[in-house]
Amino acid sequence: MTCFRTVHAFIFRLVTSVPPSVAVSDLSVQFGDHSVLEGITFTVEDGSFVAVVGPNGGGKTTLLRVLLGLVGPDAGRATVLGHSPSEIDPDLIGYVPQVKRLDRTFPARAIDLVMTGVHQRWPFRISTEERTQALDALRRVGAEELADRSLDGLSGGELQRIYLARSLAREPRLILLDEPATGIDVAGAADLYDVLEADQGERDTTIIMVTHDWNAAYHHADLVLLLDGRQVGFGPPDEVLTDAGLREAFGHTGHAHAMLMG
Amino acid sequence: MQRAFLAGIVVSALAGYYGVFVVQRRLSFLGVGLSHAAFGGVALGLLWGVNPLWTALPFTVAVALGITAITHHSSVSGDTAIGVFFAASIAVGVILLTFKQSYTADAFAYLFGSILAVQTADLWVLGGITMLAGSTVPFWGRWAYATFDRNLARADGVPVDWDDYVLSVLLAVTIVAAVKVVGIVLAAAFFVIPAAAARMLSGTFLQMTVLAVLLGVVTAIGGLLGSYTFDLPSGAAIILVQAAAFGLAVLVGKHS
Repeated sequence: MTCFRTVHAFIFRLVTSVPPSVAVSDLSVQFGDHSVLEGITFTVEDGSFVAVVGPNGGGKTTLLRVLLGLVGPDAGRATVLGHSPSEIDPDLIGYVPQVKRLDRTFPARAIDLVMTGVHQRWPFRISTEERTQALDALRRVGAEELADRSLDGLSGGELQRIYLARSLAREPRLILLDEPATGIDVAGAADLYDVLEADQGERDTTIIMVTHDWNAAYHHADLVLLLDGRQVGFGPPDEVLTDAGLREAFGHTGHAHAMLMG
Repeated sequence: MQRAFLAGIVVSALAGYYGVFVVQRRLSFLGVGLSHAAFGGVALGLLWGVNPLWTALPFTVAVALGITAITHHSSVSGDTAIGVFFAASIAVGVILLTFKQSYTADAFAYLFGSILAVQTADLWVLGGITMLAGSTVPFWGRWAYATFDRNLARADGVPVDWDDYVLSVLLAVTIVAAVKVVGIVLAAAFFVIPAAAARMLSGTFLQMTVLAVLLGVVTAIGGLLGSYTFDLPSGAAIILVQAAAFGLAVLVGKHS
């Protein structure tokens, strides 16, 4: 199914000249004298679900920040939906940040945050039509009843769903997620992947998810990009998440590998 | 007296408005730093014999821009940059005042405020500042967005760094106006206390903004009436009424 979708997307692109969702070639990023990413090259077709896996400090979040236009490459280039990341229409991208970054002192309801997905600014007032739009997005993640709840009282899993609803509200062509399963329980994470896979199936959305969770990458992603500052591997999960690949990226395979293969 | 009321109400409304960004961005120390930095500008005006508001305005704006630029372009943290500019500006003020013989009374008035000495010319300056602040109301949505999460706003194309400069300039301008009313020592409180009290009583950022402005105005009127009735220093009276409102908000607020 995965291969079929990838081949189909490739042929579609050849016929219609539509650019790939994400194209990265020989990308390098440095912070001062420290090289964070070096020689990264990969292409993601429309409708793919890509997991970016690697150890802490392996450059996963930096790669996401490059695709969001928040960090510029020092060498090489990245294009998102055929554009430079800093020039793309933000409406086409749904970004789901790490829940732990939330400032819980900021007074806000869940629907206020979802509205930033619609208008790219904090809502002054929410019209009936806009509220319907936001509630639709919340319904898709099973969180409609949280609309008027204060953000500071929500659990990690509930917040993750609100952030996801925020990104879905703009009906993006590409969703970028930064460690979405961090701070939520196993059932919450399973719900999250269900929603993502449903959106991928219904609207051919491309999904790029940074994660340290090999298991989730193995079972949910079509493609895995394994990073350790440089590119260790890129391809279908069973070809990339091998003993040799994990040892090269993480320095060991650990018990997790036995679990995911089991 | 009418001028005092007008000045007090306008300044406290503006300070309440910008205060919500100051409080939620944890910039309370910037308020303290800029109000004290204004001392250098005031001293310059006293030395040259011009209205100190005219010299304090560009001086404080330059300090605000300097603090923002250093915070953005170096590894120095915001509070350190504020600490450096704050002390250096006071030092400039102290040195400048040594060149002026009869400075004490004037400088004292600026340290602790002299709302009853607000002149018609000061009201014109306040009017200009109010119009400037009013023209930025359309930016509330994107400033609030960046206050909530800078990276989220930046990824959505909000010019977060540019807005930091604009906000710091407007903060500096409003702080100079507050210095005239409430004095250098207490001006920062105008930007912190009403907004902090409003936070305790609000469920949304819009509610917090509106409430901070209202609380600023009501406490300014209350403080000025108290000051007039009991013959107390006006700035200190306003701040004490604000502190009482804050205490009340802590007691009744659902976010305390």
